[in-house]
Amino acid sequence: MAAIAKTNPQGQAYSSKGNKDRYLEPLAAWLMASPAVILLLAFLIIPFFLAFFYAFTNQRLVSPNPTEYVGLANFKQLLTVKILRLDPIVDAAGQPVLDETGNITYPREREFTRNNPEYPQYNGLQKWTAWDIGGSRWTLLAGDAVFMRSLINTFYFALVIVPGQAGLGLLLALLINQRTAGVNFFRTVFFIPVVVSIVVVSILFQFIYDGDNGLVNNTLVFLTGGRFTPVDWLASPSTAMPAIMVMSAWQAVGIHMVIWLAGLQTIPEILYEAASIDGANGWQKFIYVTWPGLRNTAVFILVTITMAALGLFSQIDVMTQGGPLDSTTTVIYQAVQKGYKMQDIAYGSAISVAFFILVLTVALVQRYLTREKDV
Amino acid sequence: MNLILSIKQKRALFLALRYGLMSLLAVIFAFPIVFMMVSSLKPSLQILRDSSSLMAFVPMGDISIDNYFKAFERAPIGLFVYNSLMVTLVTMGLGLFINSMAAFALANMRWKGQQVVLSVIIATLILPFETIAIPLLMVVSRLPWLGPEGLTYGWLNSYQVQIIPFIVDAFSIFLFVQFFKSLPYELIEAARIDGAGWFRIYAQVIVPISGPVFATAAILRGLFMWNQYLWPSMVIQSTQYRPVMVGLGYFWQLTSSNTAGEGILPWGELMAYLTIITIPVIVLFLALQRAFVESIATTGIKG
Repeated sequence: MAAIAKTNPQGQAYSSKGNKDRYLEPLAAWLMASPAVILLLAFLIIPFFLAFFYAFTNQRLVSPNPTEYVGLANFKQLLTVKILRLDPIVDAAGQPVLDETGNITYPREREFTRNNPEYPQYNGLQKWTAWDIGGSRWTLLAGDAVFMRSLINTFYFALVIVPGQAGLGLLLALLINQRTAGVNFFRTVFFIPVVVSIVVVSILFQFIYDGDNGLVNNTLVFLTGGRFTPVDWLASPSTAMPAIMVMSAWQAVGIHMVIWLAGLQTIPEILYEAASIDGANGWQKFIYVTWPGLRNTAVFILVTITMAALGLFSQIDVMTQGGPLDSTTTVIYQAVQKGYKMQDIAYGSAISVAFFILVLTVALVQRYLTREKDV
Repeated sequence: MNLILSIKQKRALFLALRYGLMSLLAVIFAFPIVFMMVSSLKPSLQILRDSSSLMAFVPMGDISIDNYFKAFERAPIGLFVYNSLMVTLVTMGLGLFINSMAAFALANMRWKGQQVVLSVIIATLILPFETIAIPLLMVVSRLPWLGPEGLTYGWLNSYQVQIIPFIVDAFSIFLFVQFFKSLPYELIEAARIDGAGWFRIYAQVIVPISGPVFATAAILRGLFMWNQYLWPSMVIQSTQYRPVMVGLGYFWQLTSSNTAGEGILPWGELMAYLTIITIPVIVLFLALQRAFVESIATTGIKG
């Protein structure tokens, strides 16, 4: 054996079976890896490329007609945004016509978007939103206004939940990262919601957020001595998304607490001792010792929360179905609405591709951030 | 009065603040779950009445397990639980075997294509399931299956559609590769000298000493499979194969359209259903707490 090891410094063959093994080892390796490779190809990699393929067709889940190539039509519908300036309706004397409440009236958007031969560029577009500025009404038209709202909602959710959940997770980790009595108990309690399904949590919080008997309203009424007026949290466009954010953070923050904690425990105790000798206070220790030591953990946590936040679906599906007034609809919720509920695989795939590009952007930013540190 | 505190007093104050904050947070984290369990024992009217006071968290009054009986009558919850258990356990079992075997080939054997395969697997880690759900729906709706009824096409409404796409998991493979690479190579060399084949080395040398990483992969996969919602809600319409979480959505719709006798939602029954599918996971978590927390923490290592 020693002889073989000497003649093969790269360790190419280290067996008593000699040359035969040079052929057997790759064969055995392929055989052992092949179940995983085949399943990965069939159920992950091929579907992934199919998303790009379907997005350029009119594929439906069930259809009597053959599938056709439609070029960029799906993406055009998905991403078109145009601004339309509407001037007030004027009477014969050139004075703006007022409605019964005394407001200036404008022509309706549909006069431009429904088969108006003078404005072919607006044909088929939907009203997304509008502002009245400087005597005109500026209307944003979109090929798919609901998708635009879902994109905005998804970003809104991510922008709040990423710093919020990461920060809360870090706070919890710092609180329990000290060996004092009862810390294990608190860690357990903070972590329990993680093992409860988000679907269970969503239904439970329907009651907690209820407008009449909900625990949140009752608690707030009690704490303010009756001055707080109960709110139907999930039924109002301005409170539905924040309510879902709070619930989501409550459910998932334990994951990030544990990851922060693992990061905290890699920081050598001796650094803190040295800082103490130099007279650093608690805050200074955090800024100069703890935070620099957590950099990789921080990047990882921000990226995982971002990816999970962009994929927001279950809470929406159970609690609000995108409502009220599209205020909680999200990108993945729309992908499922179009691809599954309406069986429009092509359009659903186009949304999936758009979603993938979002996620890829986040991943590239992560790579950029971690690379910077190595330099 | 001297407002400047001694170091000792400062410490005590900080400690009190810390415990105060932790206790407040603990209440916020625990109470919704306590409320769920307590309410599952109360009639719906009492749940509504109690919700305006601390009674909401106290199992007092008209306490019984009636809600559980009623919930089981309203929907085949036992079947849903069976479906989920079966899908979770089979996927987990097959997954542990196939993923760890592939990881062994990738970590401990030398072959052409090894690097490419490993890089592709690592690359798929950034691919969330949501991106492929819609095209995968298309794929599985056309796939052939050889079952008791002969050759059929389309996997919708079946067990295999919930199992087979989830057997391979890139993150599990990644975990196994990391672990296997850290094992001393002499172990494999010694077994080779003794004339053991590669599969035997994997099954009889590597697997027996890899308990922790198997536990981690099993916990992460088990939680994921038990909680599956998006995929089964797209591919399962029939009661026969419905898993618990989709069954829960179905139960919720059933109750919110069909109120109990008193003209209110049967919240008690809902809470009973929620409790039934949550308690086993919480018990499992409390029993294997260390392993649970450590598995979640390992997801942070990949960064």
